[in-house]
Amino acid sequence: MIGQLTRNERQGALLILIALAILGLAMAAVGRDDPLGGQGALVMVAALAGLFGVISRYYAPEPGPDRVSRYYDEPSKVGIIIAMGWVVFGLFIGDWVAWLLVDPNLTFHAAWSSFGRIRPVHTTSVIFGFGGNALIATSFYVMQRTSRARLPDQLSPLFVLFGYNLFCVLAVAGYMMGITQSKEYAEPEWYADIWLVVVWITYFVIYLRTLARRKEKHIYVANWYYLAFILVVAVLHIVNNLAVPVSFGHARSYSLFSGVQDAMTEWWYGHNAVAFFLTSGFLGMLYYYLPKVAGRPIFSYRMSIINFWGITFFYMWAGSHHLHYTALPQWVQTLGMTFSLMLLVPSWASAGNALLTLNGAWHKVRDDATLRFMMVAAVFYGLATFEGSFMAIRPVNSLSHYTDWTIGHVHAGALGWVAMITFGSIYASVPWLWKRDGMFSPRLVEVHFWLAVAGTVIYVMAMWNSGIVQGLMWRTYNDSGTLAYSFVDSVVAMHPYYIARAIGGLMFLLGSLVGCYNIWLTIRTAPQVAGRTASEFPDAAPIGAPVLQPGE
Amino acid sequence: MFDHDTLVWVSKSFGLFYLIALSLIVVAYAYWPSNRKTFDRAARAILIDEDKPWE
Repeated sequence: MIGQLTRNERQGALLILIALAILGLAMAAVGRDDPLGGQGALVMVAALAGLFGVISRYYAPEPGPDRVSRYYDEPSKVGIIIAMGWVVFGLFIGDWVAWLLVDPNLTFHAAWSSFGRIRPVHTTSVIFGFGGNALIATSFYVMQRTSRARLPDQLSPLFVLFGYNLFCVLAVAGYMMGITQSKEYAEPEWYADIWLVVVWITYFVIYLRTLARRKEKHIYVANWYYLAFILVVAVLHIVNNLAVPVSFGHARSYSLFSGVQDAMTEWWYGHNAVAFFLTSGFLGMLYYYLPKVAGRPIFSYRMSIINFWGITFFYMWAGSHHLHYTALPQWVQTLGMTFSLMLLVPSWASAGNALLTLNGAWHKVRDDATLRFMMVAAVFYGLATFEGSFMAIRPVNSLSHYTDWTIGHVHAGALGWVAMITFGSIYASVPWLWKRDGMFSPRLVEVHFWLAVAGTVIYVMAMWNSGIVQGLMWRTYNDSGTLAYSFVDSVVAMHPYYIARAIGGLMFLLGSLVGCYNIWLTIRTAPQVAGRTASEFPDAAPIGAPVLQPGE
Repeated sequence: MFDHDTLVWVSKSFGLFYLIALSLIVVAYAYWPSNRKTFDRAARAILIDEDKPWE
């Protein structure tokens, strides 16, 4: 990895890491009486590890000038490996949390392992650790191919990748120490938030610089989705995290917003995190990898453009549906509900566009689990967006809100859509990135696919049942006009569903372990040179003589 | 700063027409006849298996 950097870039990396180590040391010193000190020590250790990494390869031969005739795929390769690490960790913690709800003694009586701490560890690890790294890795890959231009330099993409992971590690380690600003999906405190702004703006600049260097005149639609993801997440993150720290020596900060304004800002952020982190970026993935693996152009390119603007402009207004029946003014709630319902149009049009692209390639869906991952992702995308619009309707929300139905809905989206499209894209990219004929074992991809599908279905079914039972029990009155069930009655009724959910989650975790094993075997195995054709070995294709896919 | 009535007035007048105008622009762009060739080409171009940046 360091061998890919020029001498100047290696010096730049050293400077950044030295500055970071000093910053970590300063945090550790100023915050020595506060959890901030521990976080500072973590920053310093990470920077020192990076320094050793760069120094040990500092005198390795520099890359030749011919590097510009190749795409720069090192950050994508590393990003995919890191994403797979995060998914195993995040799913393990998630399944632990699930078993914790079955048996509350499974905290093993430690403070760091209590529900309130490891639950955000789970959400941050899977959303930002797994999802974020997969988005960074695939966006670099897709942006270079669709622009037919190499990334502008070698250092800044690595800065984005490792800087982003430093943010994730700080966040997760912080929760276990008890650091949180108590905003869902925005739990990290002010210093981590500032660091993420630096990393994210660098990411945005890389994207723009590559687009500025593009050789294709038209910007392919996948880039629009990726760019919306990067730009809007920056805006959301900055506004929602506006806060004043107690002092530079304290991890704690106070939000600039209070009361219902704080709640509205948080859910404007929270729902747009679903929209632009978990939807827009992954639609970017879908619009590149699905046509590529299916060997067919997207069914309707026009529809993908209209959907892009529909999703971008409707989602912005949908957040207030998280605050039905609260102190938020009624008209703001109605606004959120209305835009959530309108969202169904571009959402279903996108899911339909993906599935119609597969017309004429259904035999590939049958034979190739990689494409089947993407097909199932499109189906779950349609399902979860329908469910989301439905649950945003105020009277429906009166039954669903605060129940496990919400958890079921989120996981239909996160497991069924986001994780499936990501696994599909990773299984497609790994052989392309490491120049292999295919995944080491298509059979293991098949095993992963069925474990993932079965796990998702069990999980979602369990939570639908438990959520609706819960919601009904909470609103059942007896003849004398009082509640028929106590809260504890509803907790007891949840027990069997919680066991089922934990088993579904376990299956999903096992599937991702199989995926890691298969990816490791694929990377480790040397490419088979014999029996290759030009189309399987893209580097061999002469410039200006494109190899056409069967779909054309 | 702004009272409720002002915000409602802005959203019902400017906000409404802004969203209508935006959707018209988007549909016009997507269905503009001369853009058809660009879009068709873009949709097919990603299928070209050529793993090198263009000079």
